[in-house]
Amino acid sequence: MEDVASINQTGAGIRLPNFCNLGVMSRSLLVTNLFVIAAAFVRAASPEAVLREFLMMAAFCEPILIVSLVALCASRRILHSIGYAASLAVIAGFEILVAWLVSLAGAELLPDQRVMPLAQIVVLTLFVTGSLLAYFDLRARALSPAIAEARIQALQARIRPHFLYNSINAVLSLIRSEPRRAERALEDMADLFRVLMADNRTLTPIAREVELVRQYLAIESIRLGDRLRVTWRIDSMPADALVPPLILQPLVENAVYHGIEPSPDGGEIAIDIGLAKGQLTMTLTNPLPAESRATVGNKMAQANIRERLQLHFDAEARVKYEALDGTYRVSISIPYITAAA
Amino acid sequence: MSGASEVPKVLIADDEAPARSRLRDLLEECRESFPLGLVEEARNGREALAIVNREKVDIVLLDIRMPEMDGMEAARHMAGMQAPPAIIFTTAFDSYAIKAFEVNAIDYLLKPIRVERLLGALNKTRGGAPVSRHALAAAANQPRRHLSVHERGKIHLVPLADVLYLRAELKYVTVRTVEREFLVEESLTALEEEFAPLFVRIHRNCLVARAGIAGFERNAEESESGWAVVIRGTNEKLPVSRRQQAVVKQFR
Repeated sequence: MEDVASINQTGAGIRLPNFCNLGVMSRSLLVTNLFVIAAAFVRAASPEAVLREFLMMAAFCEPILIVSLVALCASRRILHSIGYAASLAVIAGFEILVAWLVSLAGAELLPDQRVMPLAQIVVLTLFVTGSLLAYFDLRARALSPAIAEARIQALQARIRPHFLYNSINAVLSLIRSEPRRAERALEDMADLFRVLMADNRTLTPIAREVELVRQYLAIESIRLGDRLRVTWRIDSMPADALVPPLILQPLVENAVYHGIEPSPDGGEIAIDIGLAKGQLTMTLTNPLPAESRATVGNKMAQANIRERLQLHFDAEARVKYEALDGTYRVSISIPYITAAA
Repeated sequence: MSGASEVPKVLIADDEAPARSRLRDLLEECRESFPLGLVEEARNGREALAIVNREKVDIVLLDIRMPEMDGMEAARHMAGMQAPPAIIFTTAFDSYAIKAFEVNAIDYLLKPIRVERLLGALNKTRGGAPVSRHALAAAANQPRRHLSVHERGKIHLVPLADVLYLRAELKYVTVRTVEREFLVEESLTALEEEFAPLFVRIHRNCLVARAGIAGFERNAEESESGWAVVIRGTNEKLPVSRRQQAVVKQFR
């Protein structure tokens, strides 16, 4: 269970879900409403009455749901601090309270609505809340091997043998003529491979990832010389923003492999990082020479990044790949979170 | 290969300057046991062909992945020469190419290259038969972007995009562009296979570039199907055989 803290920190959520996450919220709404639909079918006397029954019950359930989600999101840190079992008890008690209050309010507003007996409210609330929490727990358990798997995949996709051997070859060529440069290149390679081989489940500050990309590009520029031109636009980058490690480097590697190497004159890679509406946005642009063909490796890196973003941020991360007249652009947008928050 | 009295001239083709300089260093080390002449350098396949056209080169160290024209295509054009240079491929990593080289018994060196391996490969070029066009064609995993015509010891490249049609003659295939005609020593079937999406067969002996079709003409003379293809940019009309008549429908 030592990993729990670190995985929770990434937002993947082991056991107790992150109620502030859009994906968790929409799943809660979906599951609860499915229960309501099922109940409507059970209660309805005729097929025509199903809709009426559904609306009646939804009017009761929806306020409970929304109040609960807001409250759970707000009290997330407290819940995490008291442990899983205690937070289950707190959530159950809280849900019963909310359901009871809403039921009282409903009876007040709708005269023909009878007040549900407390025992019934308790049983139904515990049933729905329990099912939902069990579902999130199971889902987190199902996904956690996927995190390990994704890490392995990440490792395999990252160390492109082409890069490794060409870099070693380039450093070998420097040893006789420019030993100092060879030293620096080997240091950069060591740093790069340290990250590539590290446990990459916890988030890292974007500034560290940018540093890593710079080291990677320094190695590549030995081989490619002035064919490789890079423009950084990161003045408005929040340096403390947390990102999954190796979110940019593989994409930059793709840009070099598909955008720069196939062209005799090379080209420019532009990296933009900034904040927009509370989201951290990263945009990578590179030329797309006619010679460059989409390859399996390329697709692998893309699928890999999409998967890792999904594991970390669920529905709140966005990746877009666009190819438009001679340019290829990858845009990533993830929630802006910091270590302090 | 040149005569025994001459020292062989080497060409290094690689798009990365450090890779070229490392090979140059290694070649210097080889000189003691393997006398070498001048060492030339090219940054891509096209430059390599220009150098081979300009002067006699005996051994080419050819990187596979290069911009403009990759090593595989450059090798295929060189292999058609009267006295082709010995070709040694170099690659850092290319699992496809390596497998293909093994299958077709083509020499290659893995980067970073050891001086012993390089020396071994150089020694093998002595008296060894140059790699055949067929082996290279079999090892290639993508179509060439040019056809090569060999005239007076020089390689002329004809971009595929310029080719209007290919017509089989007795021993050769005629390559027609807007400006002129060339003869290449290849089989029409092999060309059809390699460039499948670009050409369409209109006759047992003729492939027409899809981009070269200006239109079709009915009641054409000397055409068993009655149809002829009008070739763009020329006033030539090529007969469509009865067997390939369905082609007409495809385009009209």
